[in-house]
Amino acid sequence: MASKLTRSTGAGWAFALPGFGLIALFIIVPFFFAFGLSLTNQRLISPNPTEYVGFENYRDLLSLSVITLEPERDDSGAVIRDEDGEIEYPRVRTITRSDDFPQYRGMREWFRWQSAETARVVIASDVVFMKALVNTLMFVLVVAPVQGGLALILALLINQKLRGINIYRAIYFMPVVVSIVVVSLLWRFIYDGNDGLLNNLLSAITFGGWQPVDWLGNPDTALGSIMAMSIWQAVGFHMVIWLSGLQTISPTLYEAAEIEGASKWQTFRYVTWPGLRNTAVLVLIVITMQAFALFAQIDVMTNGGPLDSTQTVVFQAVERGYGKQDISGGSTISVILFLLVLTISLIQRWLTREK
Amino acid sequence: MKRLTKAGLLASSTLIATGAMAQTELSMWYHGAGNEVESNILGGIIEDFNAAQSDWTVSVESFPQGSYNDSVVAGALSGNLPCILDVDGPVMPNWAWSGYMQPLPISEEAIAGHLDSTVGRWDGEIYSVGLWDAAVALYTRQATLDALGLRTPTLDNPWTGEEFMAALEAAKASGEFEYAFDPGMAWTGEWYPYAFSPFLQSFGGDIVDRSTYQTAEGALNGEAAMEFGEWWQSLFTEGYAPGTSQDPADRDNGFIEGKYAFSWNGNWAAVATLEGGVDDVVFLPAPDFGNGPTIGAGSWQFGASGTCEHPDGVAEFVEFALQDKYLAAFSDGIGLIPATEEAAAMTENYAPGGALEPFFGLSEGQALVRPVSPGYVVAAKVFEKAMADIANGADVADTLDAAVDEIDADIEANSGYGH
Repeated sequence: MASKLTRSTGAGWAFALPGFGLIALFIIVPFFFAFGLSLTNQRLISPNPTEYVGFENYRDLLSLSVITLEPERDDSGAVIRDEDGEIEYPRVRTITRSDDFPQYRGMREWFRWQSAETARVVIASDVVFMKALVNTLMFVLVVAPVQGGLALILALLINQKLRGINIYRAIYFMPVVVSIVVVSLLWRFIYDGNDGLLNNLLSAITFGGWQPVDWLGNPDTALGSIMAMSIWQAVGFHMVIWLSGLQTISPTLYEAAEIEGASKWQTFRYVTWPGLRNTAVLVLIVITMQAFALFAQIDVMTNGGPLDSTQTVVFQAVERGYGKQDISGGSTISVILFLLVLTISLIQRWLTREK
Repeated sequence: MKRLTKAGLLASSTLIATGAMAQTELSMWYHGAGNEVESNILGGIIEDFNAAQSDWTVSVESFPQGSYNDSVVAGALSGNLPCILDVDGPVMPNWAWSGYMQPLPISEEAIAGHLDSTVGRWDGEIYSVGLWDAAVALYTRQATLDALGLRTPTLDNPWTGEEFMAALEAAKASGEFEYAFDPGMAWTGEWYPYAFSPFLQSFGGDIVDRSTYQTAEGALNGEAAMEFGEWWQSLFTEGYAPGTSQDPADRDNGFIEGKYAFSWNGNWAAVATLEGGVDDVVFLPAPDFGNGPTIGAGSWQFGASGTCEHPDGVAEFVEFALQDKYLAAFSDGIGLIPATEEAAAMTENYAPGGALEPFFGLSEGQALVRPVSPGYVVAAKVFEKAMADIANGADVADTLDAAVDEIDADIEANSGYGH
């Protein structure tokens, strides 16, 4: 193999050149650009000169602190409680906007917990980015196994010699071919809070007992709705990859299993699944990377709202770099995302290595 | 007519000065792609201009409005801007500051009598001039006012904040409407700062402190702004208005279909409302929340790009386009408010007694331009998010504080934006 490759290098490299060239031009060079820009204060539009600012952009995005709030007390020293019996604390803004604590300037409450009578508040210099990070991780954690699993089930179902099976393959694959922007627009109508398809459907099967839910307008359901729609949209793509994996498994193995009297489950567990090993690694890594890049659905359906419940890392990178003309901030987010995806892919690779 | 002869004279004098040189081409970008009526009127003006003088030929390229600003930014970054730029009023200072635009050498005479908000000034110079303005009014039906027993507010005597809330309460109590008030939350983007920051100003706050333009502290999170924020949130928590997930179709047709008693909408929707069968629609002025009633101002305008070598040609074209007959044609065609009273008199809708005449009064009487600063572009985005978050139930003080911090950080990162 190696010797053949070395002998025909000239032609080989020539054929590979357009591909390598384009990847270098549009992926590798921009990445180094992004890293360089993230160390400056570069704006999208500005007559001001660009300056090197070191890791300030990273600090602005990632700084966290914990502050302790003592409860409000009345003159006798007793803790003041509101009507619901909850302890009243001074507002976080009395600290973050006070000249006594310049180190907390510009920071904002992310979340808090209570231990005995004091409350500890985690404040972040960029709460929106923190929420975007958490949302994106949530999205990956849910979408990767569910989408991969569903795709495998669909692949097993359509990997049969039945009449008209191609129709099902086409149906499952259809959403992949349609532009994600179009799909997102359609699902916006489906999720409509008043007379959307989903609410009408649920109300029809419960004979009117269903209370319409504003799927995208409610912070509790918005991210879940986008997960469901994203899983549906791309499941067909991964189904096809699984299918190709299934078809590489030799039929003789199945015949042997049948002769041995293996049950359906045993066949799957000891023949199909080991044969799909490499496909599984590929599907998992591809879904993970695609899920981290969640953008179009957010841009079309929610714009990150309501109350930042659907902010994602890539949406923030675009919003900052282009919308708010802060290219250095957007680049910083991109670099952080790159490191994140790289780390997770390496961990996945290590976990699924050949033992 | 006077202006036409003046332009003609100017044209002939330059002709003598430059001799029988060939016509110089002036390229132009416009935001109205997809709107046939608009394109035809602009095409007509350009044709007339090219025929009326022999120095310049203008050629136009149209972009869809949604991606127009991005196209200009991309064009500027790659050094590919046209000579004549079409620019949205509040964005102009940003482009002027960053060098995408240069001052427009237009005579003060040519813009005498024009609505203030149609002339874009930055740093003491004129950069852009518009043929029209837009205005926002509180749409309702006369029948609704009568049924609820409400006084008709006027420009001189608008509703107070209490009267406005009493009107919403009455509409809600009547049970005849899905919502009492439609502020237009489905129109994300520039609509939020354009339509809602005037409420904030009427409470006594603002997006930034206009005395220095260096901070939003106190303006966007001061007492007046907090009061505004609480009021804004109450519209949604108390069920007066549909929230951010409003269906865009309801935004367009909800008022016509009778779902909403009051709708906060622009003059561009007026013709559709009349044609939709709302014969007794009335356009009420903005309520006064204590600091005077205000509406937004400033629409699309023409200017010269920074790289253009012939700003005099651009000025000549703009002066030519500013003739009353063209202002009237645009107004009749797409329902915009003409920039001069003379042109208004020539239009169908804005002439005295015309169906949309109230809007001209609103533009003259209540209009306040959005903060004239290169930082507005970013501040507008921050403000939009704050409005959406507060509507969705976020803590008012924390949200406004966060908005202030973000605007201030941006101003600082841009070294004060040259103020």
